[in-house]
Order: sequence, then structure tokens, then C-alpha cells
Amino acid sequence: MEYGVNERGYYGQFGGAFIPEMLYPNVEELREKYLSIMAEPEFQQELQELLHDYVGRPTPLYHAKRLSALYNTKIYLKREDLNHTGAHKINNTVGQILLAKRLGKKRIIAETGAGQHGVATATVCALAGLECIVYMGTVDIERQRPNVEKMRLLGATVVPATSGSQTLKDATNEAIRDWINHPEDTHYIIGSVVGPHPYPDMVARFQSVISEEIRKQLLEKEGRELPDYVVACVGGGSNAAGAFYHFLDEPSVNLIAVEAAGLGVDSGHSAATSVLGKTGIIHGSKTLLMQTEDGQITEPYSISAGLDYPGVGPLHAHLAQTGRARFIAITDADAMEALRELSRLEGIIPAIETSHALAALKEIKAGPEEVVVLNLSGRGDKDLNTILTYFEQQDGPK
Amino acid sequence: MAQNRLSRLFQEKSGNLLNIYFTAGYPKLEDTVTILEELEAAGADLVEIGMPFSDPLADGPTIQASNMVALENGMSIKTLLQQLEGVRERVTVPIILMGYLNPVMQYGFERFCEDAARVGVDGLILPDLPFAEYEEEYKPVLEKHGLSLIFLITPQTSEDRIRQIDKLTNSFIYMVSSASTTGSQVQTSDSQKAYFSKVKGLGLKNPLLIGFGISDKPSFEMACLSAHGAIIGSAFIKALQKPQEVRENVRSFLQTLR
Repeated sequence: MEYGVNERGYYGQFGGAFIPEMLYPNVEELREKYLSIMAEPEFQQELQELLHDYVGRPTPLYHAKRLSALYNTKIYLKREDLNHTGAHKINNTVGQILLAKRLGKKRIIAETGAGQHGVATATVCALAGLECIVYMGTVDIERQRPNVEKMRLLGATVVPATSGSQTLKDATNEAIRDWINHPEDTHYIIGSVVGPHPYPDMVARFQSVISEEIRKQLLEKEGRELPDYVVACVGGGSNAAGAFYHFLDEPSVNLIAVEAAGLGVDSGHSAATSVLGKTGIIHGSKTLLMQTEDGQITEPYSISAGLDYPGVGPLHAHLAQTGRARFIAITDADAMEALRELSRLEGIIPAIETSHALAALKEIKAGPEEVVVLNLSGRGDKDLNTILTYFEQQDGPK
Repeated sequence: MAQNRLSRLFQEKSGNLLNIYFTAGYPKLEDTVTILEELEAAGADLVEIGMPFSDPLADGPTIQASNMVALENGMSIKTLLQQLEGVRERVTVPIILMGYLNPVMQYGFERFCEDAARVGVDGLILPDLPFAEYEEEYKPVLEKHGLSLIFLITPQTSEDRIRQIDKLTNSFIYMVSSASTTGSQVQTSDSQKAYFSKVKGLGLKNPLLIGFGISDKPSFEMACLSAHGAIIGSAFIKALQKPQEVRENVRSFLQTLR
């Protein structure tokens, strides 16, 4: 695959495993074994059963007629919001928990920002009967209280990350530090296509079920496997990696990656890493990241807690650099407008992350005969407080 | 060549080597050289200066906090190298710079090596620089500027890999005492003793210094039984937090060790 990872863990010039020696045995064990474990027929059977019966896959590919009419093109929504726990995140955690069991691990750690990956991890740990520790920035614990309660209900321990800026970046640091301190019995379930090799590739493979299904479903509905556009939002980039995966080497398919511009790309309050980032090292991966001139990692901003990561997965850095994917940055305001639009046109309340992808529809200007597949990565229930507060400030109290 | 200061040290002194770590620009921006001078005067054999980073993955709470303060004080690689300008007229103790790769990359690796060597730095610890990248990209640059790269090993590092590291390096090996971040309590266990004696028995060409969890005289002396010396970091950072004047803090901490 031209855009796949090479044997050294690189996508073009991005990727690799820039980790201290304390992490080397853990990461190396995973690197040696992940492909062979994932190829085992029993592993695949167990994974497919869980995806079908537990996660609820395949998720529908829904022809959104009223949205299509508005943009004068043919839009399909890949309904990842209908997965168990409400987003695509569980595709990865189900896969990694099966992997962790085969590696003989007894203890699972994870990082979370908005809490979606934390909930998806706590869920599969309950299912597998494994101890679960989720690191979450103290700032995010305050902002995402319902997800914290869900994780606790599921039996997970939520540990506040009090270092640095106390958000996703720091929760990830704390999870990595935990792994350093538990080098033998613990598996770290990273929630996105970030981190040292093999994580970006492993997570992309678990998420690739999204594009695998899109191809089959589109063939049934349109008589062709390849859409003209695939649109997905990008924070770290896991739902986009899954939605793009089986189209990466199909040059006729336009890949649209949508980042969060926050208050505007040049406002100083943004998370548009492909525009604002420079090549560097974050969480063990060489990729584009937002940083000061001196190489200190900066805190991004977006109304969406799932998109405010200062880096981006190395696959996406490569897609941006080579021009294989077009990167579009969408502001808070445009995303929130798109959220209301989809709610009223189709009766689907999307997550704020996903709403960034929806807002990009007007930038793409697809033709009436063209087919657009948009990855509806998650549902908006978790965002209800943010949504209500936002519109109250915009429109005044009801 | 700069690395002579390191090799000379290991030729002259074969045991009980004391390496002290501190964060550049901590507790005050201008303390770096003061601490360095005082450490030499108080008998440190090597000094490891940390270049602060926003996201120090391998460090525990004490060093994390010192990194944050140093950054707030305005410390950067550029400022540190300016502070070290002319330092070789004042101290002879070997100096090692420790830091994460990202700030070094942004400064420019070649330029960093050139400037560090010019001010009299002897070696580097870049814990997140992988082997393969080191051999292909970074080694020639380091060698050109006469800088040694110091590698870490842990209780989980295989014998093959330790031997590979021994072959690649020409100063000393940083032996992490247990699976942990910096500043955790050292726990003397049978498995740790077995690890220490296993590594000691490998007959490596490079000297060994034990770090992580070494905080006081007993743990320093214990480490010195199994290696050529030891590295103290977090405990020294804590000593710098005492209300006395910084020179006094350095002196009194080192007095407790000898």
C-alpha cells in the first residue's frame, strides 16, 4: 500500500517509535505480535462476533435525502453514531481488548479527553473482566462529568491527570508514565491513530472496518464501490483513518480531512494541526504538532473536546504533506450551525466533532451526480450541555 | 575532543562517581551556572543538566514540576547555551545535557551539537531518540562534534540489547534502577539485586551509573556496590526547594552524601 506504514513504522517521513527505553519492551512486544495475533482465525472470529452482536455492526450507510437536496449532491452518512457507546471508538477498544487478553495482560490503561474513548475502554474491560484505569485531565473531568460517571459505573477507576495543562495531552502523558511503571502486566489502549509504532497502524486496522463496510454497502446501493468523496473529522484521526483506509490507494476517491479551526485558524485559539503544526515528536511519534518556536507543545483549542489534540496521527501528516487528502479547517461557529442543520433536516443529532465534517460539505461543492460518504463518527448526546450553552449564548434564552 | 573529559574521569576514578541532575533555569532562570559551579566545588563528579520540556514523559512529579517552573522562568535551549557560554573557564566537571528530542529538533540537531560542543558540553542524554534513527541520522553528527550519547537500560532490557548499546556508546551506560519514572522510591528487592549483578557480570566495556530512585547516602552507597556510580535527580531538585540561598542548598545536600 502506497499510503500504508512501512516495516519501520513510518508513513513517508512521519511515524516511528520515539520512546524512552523504559517503554521499549512493551512497545516491541506489541510490534512483534500485533499482526500475527490479528491474523489468527480464532481472533478474527471472536472479533467479528463481538463487532456484530455487541457493537451492533455493520452500521447503516444512510442516504440522507434532505441533506443531499440542500447541497445538490448525493450524500450518504456512515452511521458510526449507532455503535454501542455512541461512536466509532469502540471498534478499536474491542479489538485491543482481545489483543491484550492474548498477550496475557491483566491490567488496562487508557487516556481520554472528552471521555468517549474512556467509556469505550471501560466498556470492553467490563466485558473482558479486566481492571481498567482511565487517565483524564482534571479540566476535562469537570467538563465531561456524565462520561466520568459512566466509566465509574462500568467499574473503571478514573485518575485525574493534574500535570501540565490538565487535558488530553497530559492524560496521555500520565497513561504513558503508568505504562513505564507497569512494564509487564499492563496493556495501554491508545484511543487514536497516534503514539509510537505500531499504534497508528494497529488502531487504523481496527477502525478500517468502517471503509470495508462502506465499499460493500455502496456497491449494493449505487452499483459501485468507490464514492467520489469520503469526508471525516480529524483530531488524532482515528475515525478518518478508518473511513479512508480502503480508499487510500484509490486515487479517484477524494479524501477530505476536517480539522477544528476553533475560533479561526489565525486566532490563536485553534486545533488545525495540519496548518499550524510543525514536524516534531509527540507521544512517541514523529508527526505534525502545534508547538512554540522552542519546541514546547502548546495547548490547542476547539469547542469539541475530541478534536483538541495538539498533534495528528502520522498517517494524516503524510496524507497532508503528499496532498493525498485535502485538509479543511472548520470553525466552532460553522460546526455548531451544521449540527443544528443535521438535527433539523435528518433527525440526527451529531457529535460536535462530527459536525465539523458536516460543515465541510459546503466547501467541497460536490456535483449532483457525485457520491459523498460522510463518516458520522458519533452522536451528540454527550455534548448536550455544550450545545445548549452555545445556542443560548448565540440566540438568547428560550 | 570534548569527550576526553568523560573518558578521563572514568580512567581517573573507578568507583563512587556522583552524578547530579538538575533542571536548567530552576529554581530561578539565572541559577544554572551558580548550581553548576557549586556542584563542582562540593564534589560532584559529573553534572547532568536537564533542558526543560512541556511534556517530560519519563519523569515523575518532582522533575515535571521543575520543568514547568523553568519554562515559566523563560528557559529554552537557546538561553541555556547562552548561559553556558564561557563556562569552561570556570568549571572542569563533565557536563551532560539531558532532554527530550522535540525541542532539540526545533533548535536544529546539527546546530545544537555544534553550539553545545563549543560551550564545552561533553555528552547528551536524549531518552526518546531511537536506536535505528541514532545510527543512521544522528551518530555522524554527534561524532563530528565530539559528543557522546548516553543510552539507558532497564531491568526489562534484554542482554542482546544491552550488548548492542554497549557497542554503540563510548562514555557510560545509564542503568535505570527499576521500572519507573524518575523520583520514585527505590525498593531493594531480590529481582533488582539480580538485575544489578546480571549487568555487572556482562563484562561491558562502558562504565555503569545507576539512576532513578537514588536519593540519599544509603541508596547512593548501595548503587555504588553494583556500579561505577550513581545519579541523583529528584532528591536534589527537592533540596533546591529549601528556603536557603541556592549555593547553601547545593552544599548542604552534597554534604549529606559523602
